[in-house]
Amino acid sequence: MIINHPLLGPRDAAEFVYLGDAALIDRPDPEAENADEKFYEYGYLRDNPAGEHQELWYHEQGDRSWLVVTRDTLTHEITSVKLARDEAKKRGRDK
Amino acid sequence: MTILEKYSYPNPETLKKQHLKGAIMRYSAFEILKQGLSGNKGWKPVWREPEPKAEYDVIIVGGGGHGLSTAYYLSKVFGMRNIAVLEKGWLGSGNIGRNTTIIRSNYMMPGNQPFYEFSLKLWEGLEQDFNYNAMVSQRSILNLFHSDPQRDAFVRRANAMILSGADAELADEAQLRRELPFLDFDNARFPIKGGLYQRRGGTVRHDAVAWGYARGADSRGVDIIQNCEVTGFDIENGVCTGVQSSKGRIRAKKVAVCVAGSSSRVMSLAGMRLPIESHVLQAFVTEGLKPTLPGVITFGAGHFYVSQSDKGGLVFGGDIDGYNTYAQRGNLPVVEDVAEGGMAIMPMIGRARLLRSWGGVMDMSMDGSPFIDKTHIDGLYFNGGWCYGGFKATPASGYCYAHLLANDTPHPVAKEMRLDRFKRGHIIDEKGQGNQPNLH
Repeated sequence: MIINHPLLGPRDAAEFVYLGDAALIDRPDPEAENADEKFYEYGYLRDNPAGEHQELWYHEQGDRSWLVVTRDTLTHEITSVKLARDEAKKRGRDK
Repeated sequence: MTILEKYSYPNPETLKKQHLKGAIMRYSAFEILKQGLSGNKGWKPVWREPEPKAEYDVIIVGGGGHGLSTAYYLSKVFGMRNIAVLEKGWLGSGNIGRNTTIIRSNYMMPGNQPFYEFSLKLWEGLEQDFNYNAMVSQRSILNLFHSDPQRDAFVRRANAMILSGADAELADEAQLRRELPFLDFDNARFPIKGGLYQRRGGTVRHDAVAWGYARGADSRGVDIIQNCEVTGFDIENGVCTGVQSSKGRIRAKKVAVCVAGSSSRVMSLAGMRLPIESHVLQAFVTEGLKPTLPGVITFGAGHFYVSQSDKGGLVFGGDIDGYNTYAQRGNLPVVEDVAEGGMAIMPMIGRARLLRSWGGVMDMSMDGSPFIDKTHIDGLYFNGGWCYGGFKATPASGYCYAHLLANDTPHPVAKEMRLDRFKRGHIIDEKGQGNQPNLH
């Protein structure tokens, strides 16, 4: 697989480390009433879809940026690659 | 007390009496001679191909190794008869046909090890039990170690194995040099200092396991329905009353899902999210060679394991690819990694030509251990999360799942394999990697 890095261009997937579902960006509010339930779901439950999947890849052997890669889990086709920093800010995280 | 007595495996005499009451042929040397002399025209199909009935006591979703062994033990040991196995493709078309056929019970955690030892004991009696040649070959499995701390960890593991009733044996470097002279003992990064043997480990003819269980279940009246995909569950007021399938609605008192590799997809039809990611594991086989490897050899430090099939091919593999996928194929970086592991520990493998490679999709769970449990929906049961170790578990998985379905209580050796264990903090994490499936 080739990941088209937004800053560095096409890079081999072997340069990256895979973490998992990009939903991990959306950390629950620890102050919330049901925080224990929400953190259980956040830490342990996954959608694991067959088809389009947004996921976090870390460019360990490159510029060490985190990326949000949209990839089809049935074909391995990558349709979008964004900096996780930008994606997290868009979702309301401050960094 | 042996583990079988402890966990109430039925008396062998009772089993013999129950043995194959149906109309199917019994295989024997005499039968082969008789058929040979009469032109081999008298062989009968190994199982029926029935259409589904309107209702069953138990529907098992998934006709792979675990589903078929569940049906077999439900009908044979737990006395249930009105059972269907629904299989989306053909029988045994999933991971029972895509693995590297290794059996062993060299785990360590108390939630795992007694279960795998129970499974190994069932393997040892399997062929006589279901009268089918599964080519169970206890040719040994060896885990290599390369340092003092690793040896100490293996000694600890060996003790845990022995406590569960399994066998374990530590071999030093001199012994391995005698037994396996072709290994690269003086590898600069991973010099071989010894290994942990389990002599009762080995390999099994994987397809025959599916066929043998299918034949045994079918002969006791289990309907095995192929090309029948489950497309939904009928759930009313928190109770599962049956399934929707490509052959229409089928009612059931209990629905038992057993589709490792596709667990998240199938359970999402019941609105459930699982502590599982799907990953691909690749495997490889070379051209046939003369007998070279006496048993299974694993090089954990370098992500490589190898055995030799009865046809002579070297069967080997390594790590999972490491990203979510449902494609039954992997990518080249892992091929390279596995090849490097092989060359590092067993340089002669470089002379063998690769014949085939393939990938299997597996349920990687959050702690690397499986699930055999009820769900929060009455009448809906779940078996999955086998990671890359489901094949060896086939007999005990089916036996324990059947026990759960028949009695609604977990079998003692599977009582920690619960779906809610992460919520309770009772994880079974052999490698201590935490909740990241691709590290297990």
